[in-house]
Amino acid sequence: MNKLMSSLSIFSSSRASLRRGLIGAAVTGAVLAGGMAPALAAEGAPKPHRESWSFAGPFGKFDQAQLQRGFQVFKEVCASCHSAHLLAFRNLAQPGGPHFSEEQAKVVAEGYQVQDGPNDAGDMFDRPARLSDRWPSPFPNEQAARASNGGAYPPDFSTLAKARTYEVGFPGFLIDIFTQYQEQGPDYIHALLNGYVDPPEGFTVPEGAFYNAFFPGHAIKMPQPISADQVTYTDGTPQTVDQYSRDVTAFMMWVAEPHLEARKRLGFQVMIFLIVFAGLLYFTKKKVWKAVHDH
Amino acid sequence: MSGHATFEPKNPALKWFESRLPLVGLIHSSFIAYPTPRNLNYWWTFGGILSLMLACQILSGVVLVMHYTPHVTLAFDSVEHIMRDVSYGWLLRYIHANGASMFFIAVYIHMFRGLYYGSYKAPREVLWILGCIIYLLMMATAFMGYVLPWGQMSFWGATVITNLFSAFPVVGPTIVEWLWGGFAVDNPTLNRFFSLHYLLPFMIAGVVVLHIWALHVVGQNNPTGVDPKTPKDTVAFTPYATIKDAFGMVCFLIFFAWFLFYIPNYLGHADNYIPANPLVTPAHIVPEWYYLPFYAMLRAVPSKLGGVLTMFSAIIVLFFVPWLDTSKVRSGVYRPLFKQFFWIWVLVCIGLGWLGSKPAEGGYIIAGRILTIWYFAHFLIILPLLGLFEKPKAVPASITEAVLGKKGGAPASVGVSAPQTKG
Repeated sequence: MNKLMSSLSIFSSSRASLRRGLIGAAVTGAVLAGGMAPALAAEGAPKPHRESWSFAGPFGKFDQAQLQRGFQVFKEVCASCHSAHLLAFRNLAQPGGPHFSEEQAKVVAEGYQVQDGPNDAGDMFDRPARLSDRWPSPFPNEQAARASNGGAYPPDFSTLAKARTYEVGFPGFLIDIFTQYQEQGPDYIHALLNGYVDPPEGFTVPEGAFYNAFFPGHAIKMPQPISADQVTYTDGTPQTVDQYSRDVTAFMMWVAEPHLEARKRLGFQVMIFLIVFAGLLYFTKKKVWKAVHDH
Repeated sequence: MSGHATFEPKNPALKWFESRLPLVGLIHSSFIAYPTPRNLNYWWTFGGILSLMLACQILSGVVLVMHYTPHVTLAFDSVEHIMRDVSYGWLLRYIHANGASMFFIAVYIHMFRGLYYGSYKAPREVLWILGCIIYLLMMATAFMGYVLPWGQMSFWGATVITNLFSAFPVVGPTIVEWLWGGFAVDNPTLNRFFSLHYLLPFMIAGVVVLHIWALHVVGQNNPTGVDPKTPKDTVAFTPYATIKDAFGMVCFLIFFAWFLFYIPNYLGHADNYIPANPLVTPAHIVPEWYYLPFYAMLRAVPSKLGGVLTMFSAIIVLFFVPWLDTSKVRSGVYRPLFKQFFWIWVLVCIGLGWLGSKPAEGGYIIAGRILTIWYFAHFLIILPLLGLFEKPKAVPASITEAVLGKKGGAPASVGVSAPQTKG
């Protein structure tokens, strides 16, 4: 019943706010007599820089070494607060991803305990994770996660890289069709991870929050998650915040879209087929219609 | 329209069957011997493209249902299961999601084509109205389909749109509870939307059959708007229209494949990759792009009921276009003023679509009001008056004359002075 009441109040409040928004906007609109600037100014956050990603474009592929480094960052840093409940240990050994060997993925899995059961005695029991298990979440439920993180819920990584975006605006959003720009999410995450700067003069950061140049509203509950040299890379890659953020963002993109490489590869084959087929049809059509065109 | 071969089976088994059920003869007369105007341009290939898209959506949808679970706690993860674990599941789901958008792109082009060339005019009123019914069914189907992945935009889009019905006096709240199957958008809502999302496409297919039937009774319109008069004005559907439609379809598939394989999430909304959460409202609740012009109209009117009525009227007005357009000339090609107003109206629709994606505030609202008024004025004022005051150009005597006159050198043609406007 409680749940029902709270849901109801949400709906009525959303309805009321819609109404309020309409009236408020009508008044503002009348005063400003059609100026578009205030509406745009309301969305003032800086746009993330468009980074160069190996997985962008029609022939984009994940950089396997980068995904392995990104996984290391995720495992050693992010995973202590963020879940990735759709990621299975077996995924780590799949082609088109970090592509660890099956043995390596097994070793990773065995480092975690998961609950199984009930057994013949009817008891639940813990056992080391197998390849078929999903990545164990750091908290048993959302409430526990909030309680440990100052009231904020660290979002799940499963689809996060596709669940974040920023407004491109006109005419950029049309140009993006032709340039195949689909990396709003990764660009935003990279910008956010590097966006912990001193707040501008006059901005009061609320208690328990941190200033971030790219977070909507600028007050983020996540403290700067990583600092230089926090994760030890074994392949000589620079251990900077920028490098960590690139690596973990690429990893997050793979977690969100594990078949990206297969999609682009098949896409190229389909495109070639369709273009050749269209060409053949065009000339056949021309030949068939030739007789009609003349009389 | 006569003079093309009829179907006479030679094979004795086929003869036996045909005298009991003339099915092959029906296919033959509909898709092989059927006379089509010889001057149809590529805008006329969109009927075939739409049939292809309907088939594509039904086939991909039927397979998706094999892996999808319509329950609030499982729906989001089952869609992700399709994306991750089902063989080529990512392909199926992206085909279905982008296919819906492609379906709408094709239907909008098809409707604009009909409006430009006067394809709704007598004797094609019923054909046009059946098309409008298909469009309405498509909107309902797509809306319910977007709810199924149970992401944030699914949930909040469903909440906003179903809440619209509460604007109706007396029965409003009852309708909304009936749509929800409860007192909020929840599992019963998801279940009934899933059921209807599976049902409506087959209703669309049924109305499509009527649409094609009506088309074959009255015959196709053509860019000149002049009815075919002699066999010379038409060509057989096969091979002429089939090969042209096939080329059009494959070109459309190239366009489709660009989105499907390279920018599959471009037409969607990032928030729908966040599982639905009734306690968190997204910053901007935005419907799918194909509803945006109507969403802009909804928000342009300061009263909720007024907005809802305006939005529905925008579609209902289409049903009356055959009688609102008073012009005796069918095709826009020969109507110099109509042509200009038509393109202004197209820009108004695109403008409304852009405004629908913007927050409802400030200048966006004002612009939305102006464009909404223009949208209705086009049908209710401009179309009726144009027919009375516009002086149309001379219409060619026949399709053949229009085609050969265009080529310039045919000695048989007497209509060289006929207008040469390109469609």
